[in-house]
Amino acid sequence: MIIRRPSAVLLGLAVALFPLGVAPVAADETAPTEPPKVELVLDVSGSMRAADIEGRTRISVAQQAFNDVVDALPAETQLGIRVLGATYPGDDKAVGCKDTQQIVPVGPVDKEQAKGAIATLRPTGFTPVGLALRAAAADLGTGRTTRRIVLITDGEDTCAPPDPCEVARELAAQGTHLVVDTLGLTRDEKVRRQLLCISAATGGTYTAAQSAAELSGRLRQLVDRAKDTYAQTPALVTGSDQCAKAPLLSPGVYTDRERFSEHRWYRVPVGAGRELRASVSIALDRPVNRDYGVLLRATAADGRELVRGTDAGSGRTDVLSTGLRWSPPSEPDPSPSDTAATVGDTAVCLVVSNSFSARAGAAQSPGLPVELTIDVVAASPAPDGPGLGRGWLLLTVLTVAGLITGVLAGWLTRWWVATWRTN
Amino acid sequence: MLTPRRAAPLLLAGVAVALAASTPAAADPAPATPSPGAATVTKAGTSFLTATGVAAGQPVRVAASTGEYLYWSFVASAGETNQVAVTVTLPERHAPATWTVDVFDGLRRRQACTAGAQSPAVGTGDATVTLGCTLRQVRSWAEPWSGDPLPGTYYVRLAVVDLPEQDLGLPVQVDMLISATSDGDGGPEAGTLETPLVPPVRAGAVLTAQSADAAATADTDGTWLPDFSARWIWTTAGGVLAAVAGVVGFGLTRRPRRRP
Repeated sequence: MIIRRPSAVLLGLAVALFPLGVAPVAADETAPTEPPKVELVLDVSGSMRAADIEGRTRISVAQQAFNDVVDALPAETQLGIRVLGATYPGDDKAVGCKDTQQIVPVGPVDKEQAKGAIATLRPTGFTPVGLALRAAAADLGTGRTTRRIVLITDGEDTCAPPDPCEVARELAAQGTHLVVDTLGLTRDEKVRRQLLCISAATGGTYTAAQSAAELSGRLRQLVDRAKDTYAQTPALVTGSDQCAKAPLLSPGVYTDRERFSEHRWYRVPVGAGRELRASVSIALDRPVNRDYGVLLRATAADGRELVRGTDAGSGRTDVLSTGLRWSPPSEPDPSPSDTAATVGDTAVCLVVSNSFSARAGAAQSPGLPVELTIDVVAASPAPDGPGLGRGWLLLTVLTVAGLITGVLAGWLTRWWVATWRTN
Repeated sequence: MLTPRRAAPLLLAGVAVALAASTPAAADPAPATPSPGAATVTKAGTSFLTATGVAAGQPVRVAASTGEYLYWSFVASAGETNQVAVTVTLPERHAPATWTVDVFDGLRRRQACTAGAQSPAVGTGDATVTLGCTLRQVRSWAEPWSGDPLPGTYYVRLAVVDLPEQDLGLPVQVDMLISATSDGDGGPEAGTLETPLVPPVRAGAVLTAQSADAAATADTDGTWLPDFSARWIWTTAGGVLAAVAGVVGFGLTRRPRRRP
């Protein structure tokens, strides 16, 4: 009985206390107001005639992949199709390099009509990739959500300028949240370089498709991604070069651009009993030298550093991130500078700096994309002290203490009884 | 000497010790196996914001391109030790490469791996590469200035970090499994994190004037009792043992009763 009772108590405790775990991620996103938009840009230049994918021509493989995508298109996704080099068969570069048309407008897709338009494509002309990208960006329009372009090509741009990579960087810098994924149908080195550059500049991906199944599967995956990710668009903000003039941020996600070795300042109001959480990611959208770092510091209005987050790395990566937590001290800081301002409305300054360095030939501006996440939550006060213990040492100490107490109690009792008897 | 009356406390102590010994021993990391009935995830995100959520024990199988950065997120609670196991099936290639799996917490701070092949090099002949990362045990509370792992979202990023450019874009298949072992022990402080490290994903808004953020003072609505963990058993057992030892000690001081 004696044994059973403590275990029952423990069981009760377990039942009472176990559900107090971490709440799952709250999915409190409101329904987006815009449908996901994606445009496929297909190269229909003369080289697409080559029959080198499992014995089939590149264009027929691409057509089949497009049909698969149209068939499997999620209902809410708006798809457009643009072609380049599809109509002008001549040799005049000036004319051939303007040859790009939208054959399916971005919108709810009429599957039969789209497939019909795809079926009529015949490999013909030049490869004005840069121009087609610009036009595709215009087709998708501007809005608050991310748009995706999927570029499928087998050849290098034959029409530069504009250089497609420059165009991609320019589109990314406009802040229209455009991601360009690229699919190469050959493993030619120049094509690969160009497509890698385009995708890196916009945060997209590059794939070398070598079979019909691969192309089809990858294309479907990319179009699906548009549906999954289009709503996650951060707000644009421009950081200041000093704390006093910095924009005041509320919780949420922001993007900005930061040049090499630049400092960008932001401010966040943090009340008493609140905790600031900030994280920053700097994306590497151009070739940089091997070693690099990012530093996020939180400072008080007078420039005193409160806390810093830092990360460094080397080699190939997409983003470099760091973060920090900070909460105001629970009692007013005794330092004289704080006497004027109450702790209740402290604006904490955040400064983002980087130690990237541009590789020779890489553009200095616009700056590297910065993603800033700000959250202000209830502070977690320091616990009073250790609560429960564990381990054999604890058991030994408690047992020895109990034994000593028992022995002392026994002796005291004997002494007291003896004294009482003698009196 | 060992009368039934005396034996009872000793028996009690023995049972308490056995109880304490059997429960808190942290289980060795078992070989990761998917939970039965868990649906396979066939997606991966391409950034922190678009990371695909995965539960522990849920298998992931994704077709991807070499050079892509794949992101997943999972939720860890206090006392858990998480392991990430990744197998990448590779195509034919030109040169050796290095793959890496990085884990970040909800504040995008890099988390250390205590064990596992975090960034293995792979030769041209290898058909697969296996990556692994065992994280530190998640604590229930830590100072704001520390980088200790806390309850909340964690991000896994898989990427190839070193390879010749000509091998980029080739198709690979990625299998991933996140597993969690837990003894519910969130660290000795017994504090709690008021809000788990779950980052916001909504777009923010720039404030025009200094409007103090919702100045809700943190009223500790939570219980002061720590969550159930092995510490409860250890401490309770310690109390029982102390009581028994006290009784035994008291008994030792009594003179053997003279037989009449």
